[in-house]
Amino acid sequence: MRFQLTDDQRALRDGVRDLLAGRFDRDALRTAVDTPGHLDRALWRALGDAGFFALCLPEADGGVGLGLPEAVLVFEEAGRVLLPGPLVATHLAAGTVPGAATGEAVVTAPAGELLPWRDASDVVQGDATGAVPLASVDPLTPLHKLPGPHAPRSPQAVLLTAAEQLGSATRTCELAVQYAREREQFGQPIGAFQAVKHLCAQMLVRAELARAAVYAAAVTADPVETAAAELLADEAAVRNARDCVQVHGGMGFTWEADVHLHLKRAWVRAGTGRTARETEEELAAAL
Amino acid sequence: MDLTYTDEEEEFRARLREWLASVLPGLPPKPSPNDWPGRRAYDLGWQRRLYDAGYAGLHWPADAGGRGATPTQHLIFLEETEKAGAPYVGANFVGLLHAGPTIAAEGTPQQRARWLPPVLRGDEVWCQGFSEPDAGSDLAALRTRATRDGDHYVVSGSKIWTSHAEVADWCELLVRTDPSAPKHRGISWLAMPMDAPGITVRPLRTLAGSAEFAEMFLDDVRVPVANRVGEENDGWRVTMVTLSFERGTAFVGEVVACRRVLGELAAQARKNGRWDDAVLRRRLGRLNAEFRALWRLTQWNVSEAEQAGGVPGTGGSVFKLRYSHARQELFDAAAEVLGVAGALDTDQEWTLDRLSSLSYTIAAGTSQIQHNIVAERILGLPKDRPGQRPKDLQKGGR
Ligand SMILES: Cc1cc2nc3c(=O)[nH]c(=O)nc-3n(C[C@H](O)[C@H](O)[C@H](O)COP(=O)(O)OP(=O)(O)OC[C@H]3O[C@@H](n4cnc5c(N)ncnc54)[C@H](O)[C@@H]3O)c2cc1C
Repeated sequence: MRFQLTDDQRALRDGVRDLLAGRFDRDALRTAVDTPGHLDRALWRALGDAGFFALCLPEADGGVGLGLPEAVLVFEEAGRVLLPGPLVATHLAAGTVPGAATGEAVVTAPAGELLPWRDASDVVQGDATGAVPLASVDPLTPLHKLPGPHAPRSPQAVLLTAAEQLGSATRTCELAVQYAREREQFGQPIGAFQAVKHLCAQMLVRAELARAAVYAAAVTADPVETAAAELLADEAAVRNARDCVQVHGGMGFTWEADVHLHLKRAWVRAGTGRTARETEEELAAAL
Repeated sequence: MDLTYTDEEEEFRARLREWLASVLPGLPPKPSPNDWPGRRAYDLGWQRRLYDAGYAGLHWPADAGGRGATPTQHLIFLEETEKAGAPYVGANFVGLLHAGPTIAAEGTPQQRARWLPPVLRGDEVWCQGFSEPDAGSDLAALRTRATRDGDHYVVSGSKIWTSHAEVADWCELLVRTDPSAPKHRGISWLAMPMDAPGITVRPLRTLAGSAEFAEMFLDDVRVPVANRVGEENDGWRVTMVTLSFERGTAFVGEVVACRRVLGELAAQARKNGRWDDAVLRRRLGRLNAEFRALWRLTQWNVSEAEQAGGVPGTGGSVFKLRYSHARQELFDAAAEVLGVAGALDTDQEWTLDRLSSLSYTIAAGTSQIQHNIVAERILGLPKDRPGQRPKDLQKGGR
């Protein structure tokens, strides 16, 4: 049992982190926020060139031939930087929709009662009849709402979304810690105060528990493990973003700070899967 | 990332399972929680069986009498013994899980030869004399004094919350050997024989009604200088080794036990109709996610320790924080499933477990202290500077 990242997995994660730091830095993030609904096609193709979408496609079909654990690591990085677009749907369409694997085509699909990025996508997979636009809380995720009933998402879609939530939860923990070290009140960094310190510690614990669940589900591909990963990752992303706002004080309530973008995306992602109630029911049924 | 076990590990598991299946049915029933001598004999008897079968001190180094097993084999051992419902370490807790490993890591060859084999054979029980009435969370504030008199230390002071003190043969004792040094620098780690003159043990009753811990009064107790583990005044460093074992590995098996309990609860609820309560059902579902993830986190920490080789890391604090709270939620949920009988009847194990779960967020470092450790040692947040605050607070206060 070596439940740790292999050297190759570490290299993959670091490579993706570097790529995203170069292609989607904070300026790019804020530009995207200022141009709602616009998807950067050059970035999409760059992701395609780097193998982001073809990661799990067999090598014989022109893919990279890696598995779910590697995909999870890559989507975690995407979650960290709030990379926009229907990433999961396009990734899962590689091999079936022409152009998806290379980043030529943008593919979206219904996720629960939501359909993200419909207008900016080339292909909509699945039944999207009756979709009506919704004023999305997340400035980086345009949404349509679909009439019911809704087909369940595939286990891979659920897990990759959980991996993005994990990345976001880890990032908001880092942002909170960084701010708590720098910001001074009462003559010392606010991170020296236990009330703040304990919020940060709880953020780390939440993220680490979610990480264990998400990585394990990626290795086992077990549906109950996947449900556990979804539940804990949704909770970690949403609660950590809230706590991050709190640690930032008034600054956390501004549009300028990125924290609200994490919270809103975490809400949207949580809204694309099963509700916590449904996941808990599934986990109960497995007892 | 790999969650499969090697053929060798699977073979180890299979042989262990076979052995457990052969010995467990013949085991006598466990004495009541208030019969301490009976409990001691029972726990030592189980340890002796492990020893005879070659499973004692599995994870201890071979030259300390153990089998030098990998952390993963130790994990399998804890998983399988819990699954099979084997007895808990009980009175052997301190000896096996922290005093022993500390002596193995820091003791001289003579000390290892003297103290380790009897722990493994189930001949001697240890207790932990760290906490004092005025030094709990602030452990380094301890005041129990040890002064040199020839080749002995003369120890005076008092200790509190000493688990198993009544039935212990040895105590891992922290004493102040240099009162003029800064508080972390003047401490030493001693092995004190519990039959030495001058020791008075007064049992304390826990909220669960039992007397599992005690107060100890030390009145000019003579302890040989040869019983000091580590250098004089270097006891704080040795203590950190002890605590990392206490938090790092001590709770691993219990996660498996909690998963078993959760399964039993669901079965109970389906039988007695409580399963129809959607709120309760979902609570159990959430606990399923929680304990599965805690088990995965354990595997993560263990395989990290295996790669790093040796003493468990600060990941133990992350685990302990979440686990201790989850355990309390589990037994609260149990009380709801079982109704009055499970919640209010102290003849029921469930009720006792629920009461004892309250200690998990206190013992081995409170949750507040664990939060400080995670924040300061893992996240690198600054330490509070209490001396400077009152003035600044006044300045900024409104
Ligand atoms: C069942 C049980 C068994 C035990 N067995 C042993 C044993 O065998 N040997 C042994 O040596 N000890 C043992 N202990 C003692 C245990 O380690 C201490 O109880 C624990 O470290 C807390 O110390 P305290 O009880 O003095 O509480 P205190 O330190 O007085 O704490 C009281 C409260 O104040 C909080 N607090 C204290 N300091 C801070 C701080 N800096 N920041 C925020 N909050 C703070 C605590 O979190 C707690 O909520 C046992 C305890 C229990 C409950």
